[in-house]
Amino acid sequence: MAVRNARTDRSAAEQAEGRATLEGHDRPNGPVAAALLAGGIGSAALGVVTTLAEASVGFRNSLNWFNPVGPLTGKALIGTIAFFLSWLILGFALRGKEVNFNRYATIALILLVIGLIGTFPLFFELFAAE
Amino acid sequence: MSVSEREWWTVLHGMIFGAVFLLAFAGGLAGLYSLRPDWVTVSGLRERLSRMKLGLWAMAVVAWLTVISGTFIVYPWYRAPDPNSPRSFLLASPERAEWHTFGMEWKEHVGWLAPIAATVVAFVVSYYGSALAHRLGERRWIALFFIVAFATAAAAGIFGAFINKIAPVR
Repeated sequence: MAVRNARTDRSAAEQAEGRATLEGHDRPNGPVAAALLAGGIGSAALGVVTTLAEASVGFRNSLNWFNPVGPLTGKALIGTIAFFLSWLILGFALRGKEVNFNRYATIALILLVIGLIGTFPLFFELFAAE
Repeated sequence: MSVSEREWWTVLHGMIFGAVFLLAFAGGLAGLYSLRPDWVTVSGLRERLSRMKLGLWAMAVVAWLTVISGTFIVYPWYRAPDPNSPRSFLLASPERAEWHTFGMEWKEHVGWLAPIAATVVAFVVSYYGSALAHRLGERRWIALFFIVAFATAAAAGIFGAFINKIAPVR
């Protein structure tokens, strides 16, 4: 028993020492929450724009920014711009902050799922314009 | 034994960029999974992290190159408004049409989620460095993002391979 306690103490001490010497140990989680949320926003933007483009011919045509590629240009670039722009804004807003990481990550996951559903043909074709 | 310019781009997009991303996934996931303080020493973590950072950023760059080359170089040839284009060929037959209406429609959209998710993962690993080993919550969330990056790239890659088999870009 005493041997096991000594081992546990030593292991805990080694881990604590290791933790203290690791790079980035005390970095705030705000920038990470910002990156995850931005990933969710970019994905959701792509999913929503893809579904809206199916529902409205006018909107779909407005996404045709480069004729050889068609409306996919606008969809892909809106998703990409939404990702990088929201990352920039959230990155500044959450810089140096410690946040409730699970809450941000849960919202990011919900947005990611919106992106996955919105880009699935069996879903977005439900909204196809006549 | 000649390959046209269009075939070269198709190979570069799918078999080089796309395949490199999918093959590297297993290594990245194993690295994330085994990033535990009780499994590796501090110096081992540091050594592993420098490899992981490089590998994950390379994967993110390759994922962006895959979707950019696919969308802006190969896709215009696929959807060209001429009766011999792969899209026209697929839509000309009800038996083949679903390869476009489902397969290509899914592939061309969902593929763009992969570089976004891969970039987030590369950033988080670079930001925390070896301290990520002590952040179980963050590690689990980014593993989820990494799996989404792989799954979306795999869906796009599988349909790309099938569609190019049935209606090749030439």
